[in-house]
Amino acid sequence: MSELDATPEEVMTIAASRELDDGEVVLVGVGPPNAAANLARRLDAPGCVLIYESGAIGARPQRLPLSIGDDDLAAAAQDLVSVPEMFNYWIGGGRIDVGFLGASQIDSAGNINTTVIGDYDAPKVRLPGAGGAPEIAASAGRVIVMLRHSPRSFVSEVDFVTSVGRELDGTDGTGSVVITDLGVLRPSPGDGQLELVAVHPGVDVDQVREATGWPLRVREPLQTTAPVTERELSELRALRVSADER
Amino acid sequence: MRKAGKIQPLPEAIATLVQDGCFVALEGFTHLIPFAAGHELLRQGRQDLTVVRLTPDVLFDQMIGLGRVERVVFSYGGNPGVGSLHRFRDAVEHGWPRPIEVREHSHAGLANAYVAGASHLPFAVLRGYAGTDLPEHNDDIAFIDCPFTGQRLSAVRAINPDVAIIHAQQADRQGNVQLWGLSGVQKEAVLAARHAIVTVEEIVDELSAKPRAIVFPAWVLDAVCHVPNGSWPSYAADFSVRDNAFYEEWDGIARDRDRFRQWMDDNVLSASAPVGPAVAAS
Repeated sequence: MSELDATPEEVMTIAASRELDDGEVVLVGVGPPNAAANLARRLDAPGCVLIYESGAIGARPQRLPLSIGDDDLAAAAQDLVSVPEMFNYWIGGGRIDVGFLGASQIDSAGNINTTVIGDYDAPKVRLPGAGGAPEIAASAGRVIVMLRHSPRSFVSEVDFVTSVGRELDGTDGTGSVVITDLGVLRPSPGDGQLELVAVHPGVDVDQVREATGWPLRVREPLQTTAPVTERELSELRALRVSADER
Repeated sequence: MRKAGKIQPLPEAIATLVQDGCFVALEGFTHLIPFAAGHELLRQGRQDLTVVRLTPDVLFDQMIGLGRVERVVFSYGGNPGVGSLHRFRDAVEHGWPRPIEVREHSHAGLANAYVAGASHLPFAVLRGYAGTDLPEHNDDIAFIDCPFTGQRLSAVRAINPDVAIIHAQQADRQGNVQLWGLSGVQKEAVLAARHAIVTVEEIVDELSAKPRAIVFPAWVLDAVCHVPNGSWPSYAADFSVRDNAFYEEWDGIARDRDRFRQWMDDNVLSASAPVGPAVAAS
């Protein structure tokens, strides 16, 4: 993919977009998941149903929305519902196939922190907080998490459990996956701990080890992510341009 | 029972219904955020407030940055798609300009706390919070066993603000209000609160029924105020679009304490009209 000059962020977004299957019902979180879900809808999963916690069901944004409640996003949605209805009937009611989330910290059990770095009562960094994530993580059929790979974000223990990793209970979460700018991690079929299953082209496994704050497990044989295609990259960049023109 | 909704100027509504120390809900989920009413509250010097919104957004960043907030109840304190709310962070991380108490939920929890409030029930039940660290830091979250199945569920204490303030598109001359597009938790907030103020884009002779609209009969409202563009830089569907450029610009304004204060002085505290350009609906 390097021959196409994709940035690590673009590689992450494209890899995440490939995780969505056509026709799936996807709850789209703010930030990187938003770009990946909208990219998937423009590529190989045009039948994906995009749901935003702001209340938009079956959203078909023409531009990449900045927030999850943009006017364009609401205008072309199949339905608009209130926030209590969204969480009680649609998310809590188990109607979401895929929860697509971002994170500031993640641990090897898949627990996510978006609340604070440091102590809760005297935080070093106050992050935005939970939003819809705890219930999305708990109720969706599976979860896709996107975040940049660094020792600060991949920690042995999260400072605050905002959303619980589903892998440890061994019941579901089997399709859950963590996509980073370096590679792809999935829960081990054995104990549910995250393990590296693929690196992106040009990434060395030691690079991933250094960027992971716990002893990284590698599933053999380690795969390499398929190179970014010209179509994927041009669609993603067109999305970005549409966002800038908003 | 409230008196029939009455059309009145915004400064009068705020002066009558919001006192120092009040518990105020200012709702609108990305859409229809009542900025102009929040700004009027700041201009009138209201302080020591407990404020609640699911998404504090730029509006609470402004109120917190001016030191008017004692406690904030919320579920997502970011600038959506941009990053941090820097004034909120500064208050939590450094106590500037004053320390604030934080009471935080998830969206599902806070939305249901409003549902309980609107229903005049003491609490609401949901499937959520299990395994997270949120209940440990918020006494308004607890766990209960379902009396029928024994299932472990979470409970959230009802929220009943003194005043709910929202922005909507349309009112008639009797003060009946119609709101459409993303409706967030506005219906629940208005019905949970003891008093309600609504600012509207336009006042018409007769409400024209819109798809997916919610209607507030005048008798559940205390004041209805004509404030065109009253949700800028948020938006009102069919009247304006979200000013995303301003949300990005706010990141720079709010990063710096002095620049923030100057901006508030110039654009909110000394102004009598809502800030921002009138944006035509696309």
